[in-house]
Amino acid sequence: MKSNVIAIMKKELARFFGDKRLMLSAVLLPGILIYLVYSLMGSALTGMLETEEDYRYTLSTVNFPQSVSALTRDLKADITAIDAAEIAAAKAAVAEKTLDLLAIFPEDFDAQVAAYDPASGETAPRVALYYNAARTESAAAYNLMTGVLNTFESALANKFDINPGDEDFDLATDKDASGFIFSSLLPMLLMVLLFSGCMAVAPEAIAGEKERGTIATILITPVKRSELVMGKIFALAVVALFSGASSILGTLLSLPKLMGGASESMSAVFYGPADYLMLAAVVLSTVLVLISMISIISAYAKTIKEAQTSVMPLMIIVMLVGMTGMFSGGAQAAAPYYFIPLYNSVQSMVGIFSFNVSASHVLVTVLVNLALSAAFGFVLTRMFNSEKIMFNK
Amino acid sequence: MAEIITVTGLNKSFKRSAKQQKLEKTKQRLVQAVSDLSFSAQQGEIFGLLGPNGAGKTTTLRMLATLIKPDSGEAVLDGAAISSQPALVRTKIGFLTSELKLEEFFTPNYLYDFFASLHGVDPALRDRRKSYIFEKFGIRDFAEVKIANLSTGMKQKASLAISLVHDPEIIIFDEPTNGLDVITAKVVTDYLVDLRRQGKTILVSTHIFSLVEKICDRVGIIINGKMTACDTLDNIRAGQSLEDRFFDIYSEAVGAVI
Ligand SMILES: Nc1ncnc2c1ncn2[C@@H]1O[C@H](COP(=O)(O)OP(=O)(O)O)[C@@H](O)[C@H]1O
Ligand SMILES: [Mg+2]
Repeated sequence: MKSNVIAIMKKELARFFGDKRLMLSAVLLPGILIYLVYSLMGSALTGMLETEEDYRYTLSTVNFPQSVSALTRDLKADITAIDAAEIAAAKAAVAEKTLDLLAIFPEDFDAQVAAYDPASGETAPRVALYYNAARTESAAAYNLMTGVLNTFESALANKFDINPGDEDFDLATDKDASGFIFSSLLPMLLMVLLFSGCMAVAPEAIAGEKERGTIATILITPVKRSELVMGKIFALAVVALFSGASSILGTLLSLPKLMGGASESMSAVFYGPADYLMLAAVVLSTVLVLISMISIISAYAKTIKEAQTSVMPLMIIVMLVGMTGMFSGGAQAAAPYYFIPLYNSVQSMVGIFSFNVSASHVLVTVLVNLALSAAFGFVLTRMFNSEKIMFNK
Repeated sequence: MAEIITVTGLNKSFKRSAKQQKLEKTKQRLVQAVSDLSFSAQQGEIFGLLGPNGAGKTTTLRMLATLIKPDSGEAVLDGAAISSQPALVRTKIGFLTSELKLEEFFTPNYLYDFFASLHGVDPALRDRRKSYIFEKFGIRDFAEVKIANLSTGMKQKASLAISLVHDPEIIIFDEPTNGLDVITAKVVTDYLVDLRRQGKTILVSTHIFSLVEKICDRVGIIINGKMTACDTLDNIRAGQSLEDRFFDIYSEAVGAVI
């Protein structure tokens, strides 16, 4: 009877959606928390890597040659020439982070450079750059100055030019950038977030009902165990999807902050309806697999707590499998990979996000997941029939 | 009168968990909770299973309700065998024990409808039954209050009402008055008598002599998992008080004088 499955689903959904505390902790909170944590992480990271836009570096130079100083005109830097006698004081200033860089050139730098023959084996003219790696601005100033000197050096040799003129040499399109970033990050995130969603509801609905003795009240009705299992799994999947959706929304909203500057060229609009459709099929079938796995573990457990503890190893496995998406450099091309549960979901997602998805791989993934969920559902039905499992004390 | 419950040679043993072994201070792994238990009940009577704690009453009733399976033996309830037709048995009986809890999150009204739909009760019929029984037990006052916020007596009334959503022919009730205040206990026992008047067959378990004397037509005395005596209340009493007769039977069974 289908109506029993629906009656059970309706009851489970009423249970979850009617319980404000549960809704808050299982659905709203994950999204909000993820948004806050990622945003904070993002700002912290950006702050660490970037200096302020209008920051001016403070440089002190000894014997700063005209030839080099001509190349520093575009730098946002205040350059002060000092005497050899002031070197010690300047070094101290760098150490104390009040000065960003101290550059010391030989007295007759230009002449020495002109006279120097690299083939001669003599020591080359020396430039000393003192900086403080513990200060972001100082490290940046050091990088800038080495850049300037490299340019100076290659200008002297003048054997070839790299990227002359103002043509745009970065050929990566915005679409590639998005595909790369999304496909390395999102599969892992999605897997973990979907898992947390399932974990928030399945132990409560399966082990919780055992613990509270409410499952027996349903077991004495004529409802088939398979109907009970289906009703529960479908309802749990719906709630888990809501929970997952909240996490995903939190992630998407915080992504620009998390990625800092990289996000400017990043956008989800490159994905077409087919991509979203395939993603939805993969996500839905994955949630069914996860829910039925967690439900089986929960059915063995005597209490919610025990269920949650027993599920942890599975969580770690899912995380590790999710991580394979980060380092794989594109989706697996061979079909057999898509028969491996969980891994197939990750690979399909990598494919979808990196714009080289194979519809047949996604189909295999979804079918494998559905078959596996059905098998797990069958196992769960057997478990609901076993008094040893339902009434273990 | 027709025989509606036939129980023949039921056996059930449990494995004690390590925790239970410690708790009960025993090294024995197996408990023979019910052994070779047989009895029968006629349609329209109240049958009382009387016995001390741990005698195997609840275990027997759980087997009849198809929550657990016997190691051996058979029971047939209104033509349905527990071994081969458990789902059919479930349609014939209403079962109530303290083990069966209602989900705290829902209201009696919601749960009544939910269980009615699991039993396939037509909504119009359901509403008629519901308004009758909610009225009778005074559930109407708290029909929309979550189970979590109800007193033990209110919960028991709601459980009883819900166990009868499908108007079963056989009602199996484990310790019907346990933990109830005197007033609720009276409402419940009165209702059992009422059900008998409607021709229902009722099987109750209890360790309370007065309850048996008050409502039962037939009594089975169960000690250490065995049916030690089974007859009509009058025959069992044999002119004495049930309590005195019980202790006679008990000392004979366990071979000790109390
Ligand atoms: N699930 C179980 N596991 C182990 N022992 C059990 C279990 N259920 C009942 N028992 C044991 O079976 C015996 C009969 O219990 P029970 O049927 O509950 O007695 P009663 O209801 O007459 O008090 C007791 O010794 C009890 O400890
Ligand atoms: Mg008992």
